[in-house]
Amino acid sequence: MLQKRVDIVHRDYGQEKRLMSHDRGCSGTVCPALSIEAWGSAWQPAPPARISHRRGEFSARRLAEGALDARMIRVTTTHASASAEPTRRDFLFIATGAAGAVGLAATIWPFVSQMAPDAATIAAGAPVDFDLGHVAEGQIVKLFWRGKLIFVRHRTAEEIKSAQNTDITSLRDPEADAARVKPGKDQWLVVYGNCTHLGCVPLGNEGAFHGWQCPCHGSVFDTSGRIRQGPAPINLPVPPYAFTSDKAIRIG
Amino acid sequence: MSGHSTYEPKSAVGKWFESRLPIMGLVHSSFIVFPNPRNLNYFWTFGGILAFMLVSQIVTGVVLAMHYTAHADMAFNSVELIMRDVNYGWMLRYLHANGASMFFIAVYVHIFRGLYFGSYKAPREVLWILGVIIFLLMMATAFMGYVLPWGQMSFWGATVITNLFSAIPGVGEVIVSYLWGGYSVSNPTLNRFFSLHYLLPFMIMGVVILHIWALHVNGSNNPTGIEKKTDKDMLPFHPYFTVKDAFALTCFLMVYVWFAFYIPNFLGHADNYIEANAAVTPSHIVPEWYFLPFYAILRAIPDKLLGVLAMFGSIAIMVVVPWLDSSKIRSGNYRPVFQVFFWLFAINAVILGWLGSKPPEGWYVIASRICTAYYFAYYVLVLPLLGLFETPKSMPASIADSVLGKGGSGSAMASGAASSPSTKG
Repeated sequence: MLQKRVDIVHRDYGQEKRLMSHDRGCSGTVCPALSIEAWGSAWQPAPPARISHRRGEFSARRLAEGALDARMIRVTTTHASASAEPTRRDFLFIATGAAGAVGLAATIWPFVSQMAPDAATIAAGAPVDFDLGHVAEGQIVKLFWRGKLIFVRHRTAEEIKSAQNTDITSLRDPEADAARVKPGKDQWLVVYGNCTHLGCVPLGNEGAFHGWQCPCHGSVFDTSGRIRQGPAPINLPVPPYAFTSDKAIRIG
Repeated sequence: MSGHSTYEPKSAVGKWFESRLPIMGLVHSSFIVFPNPRNLNYFWTFGGILAFMLVSQIVTGVVLAMHYTAHADMAFNSVELIMRDVNYGWMLRYLHANGASMFFIAVYVHIFRGLYFGSYKAPREVLWILGVIIFLLMMATAFMGYVLPWGQMSFWGATVITNLFSAIPGVGEVIVSYLWGGYSVSNPTLNRFFSLHYLLPFMIMGVVILHIWALHVNGSNNPTGIEKKTDKDMLPFHPYFTVKDAFALTCFLMVYVWFAFYIPNFLGHADNYIEANAAVTPSHIVPEWYFLPFYAILRAIPDKLLGVLAMFGSIAIMVVVPWLDSSKIRSGNYRPVFQVFFWLFAINAVILGWLGSKPPEGWYVIASRICTAYYFAYYVLVLPLLGLFETPKSMPASIADSVLGKGGSGSAMASGAASSPSTKG
């Protein structure tokens, strides 16, 4: 690094006066002997090739002008050929960079976090209680939780039987009916109300299996909400819910 | 922007891209190697600070807009939702509101720097005028932004300022009804102010790009007001001024976050935490502090139309400052009489601001009129006449001389060395 070389020269000399006593003065970090051509009109550090590291490569003209004496060449050579020990400048650069990186991360985090659901949305998405007492047998009721549609179906004995007496291995998404209802509550089926193909709301009591049929692309679900025909890949998912009493559930 | 940069990409990908869109070279020539006078003081750091604040306001504003509702029935509550329910919403809101104040603090320091050091003088007149345009856009943006929370001050400030336009003879009433989108400040007004408040900062960004372009044509002014003579007068932007600007920005940010985290409502008005009520006007309507001087000028003139013209005129007159100042000397550093008038002008501006916060009664009115008179007198009397009669102080020979001095250590060598690079280069 250019700066390092200048520092080393000055430091090793110990006295700036010595350097200035020949006809090339130095001011600040602009050391003409090493870098004046670099800092000139182009204002760019010269590529390393222009600054010679090797002894004796300085032009005869420069030596004749007394710009550099043998001691300077020696200093530069020994410095350049050895791996430089870290200077205070290196430490400051790295420390500043590290502090800056931590500061940047700390700054960015709130801007990312603010996109998460806010406390009001989270509160509105709290578990919701639903009274099953008003749902007649054979009836399908719709409700929303966290903005998503949920079907609550009070299944008839026939619907329960056809759901349970199914060869699971023939299903696209094999799942036993018992795994989709709560123990002892076979008559209550609670599933999400969006077709698992592309999200349309399937129509209740429709289709070959008397479960649901989706009008968009013809997916057919059975009385357990499992996919039987059509393009939907998986069964209607079951949301998290639990019975709070014999006739009431809490969804969420 | 004249000609190609000297940047040479090292990698193959770099070369490929650079030959198709030389953006790396543009950044390199404009912000890495670009020469600046070596004697710039910290007043020159505020341009960079302003650029940062524009980005800060845009970023905080965009995230706030994700949660804000621009409907009269819901706006106030949506702001409270941001403050209470959105993760870090309180912080984003306070950063945005106090950021606006900091933006104006920085812009006033930046403008006063320009006025003192003669940065508006040839060949930087267009640069200066672009700055006035940016200032006007900032004021419009800030005004509309303050309406959005739909508090009492939002509503009544909007009512007062939009009613100003009714002073225009003939078309005034129509203009006001088009501004309102109705018969009073109401939901349509809020909606369109939100749209324009989102738009204008990007207009500001466009004018800022022109402003920096204009700056780079002739380079920065400097405290001596003397133009560059040799390369020795200059230093490359990186690392000298990147680091200086970064340091100044850090200090500025410390003040900014002090306000945002410890006294976030200090610069605001408590009445804006009351939801807008069209039936009740607060006893003292005041705009935000950065508008107070212009508010004082508006109220100082007893006539409605003339008051409006005086207020807009107080900003419009800044456009012609390059042609009002007759002095051949650019920098106020070497104009001792000018310095007296200048500081009087600065103190006068602060007093006008204070008067703007006071009720327009009694001796406040008289004081406002005197201060308004001096404000305009500075532009139309002091600047044109002073330059004709003033004797400047002796000036250094060059920028480098003002920094390195004559007869200092190594300076004889320095001047000897100075001639070498320019002959060698």
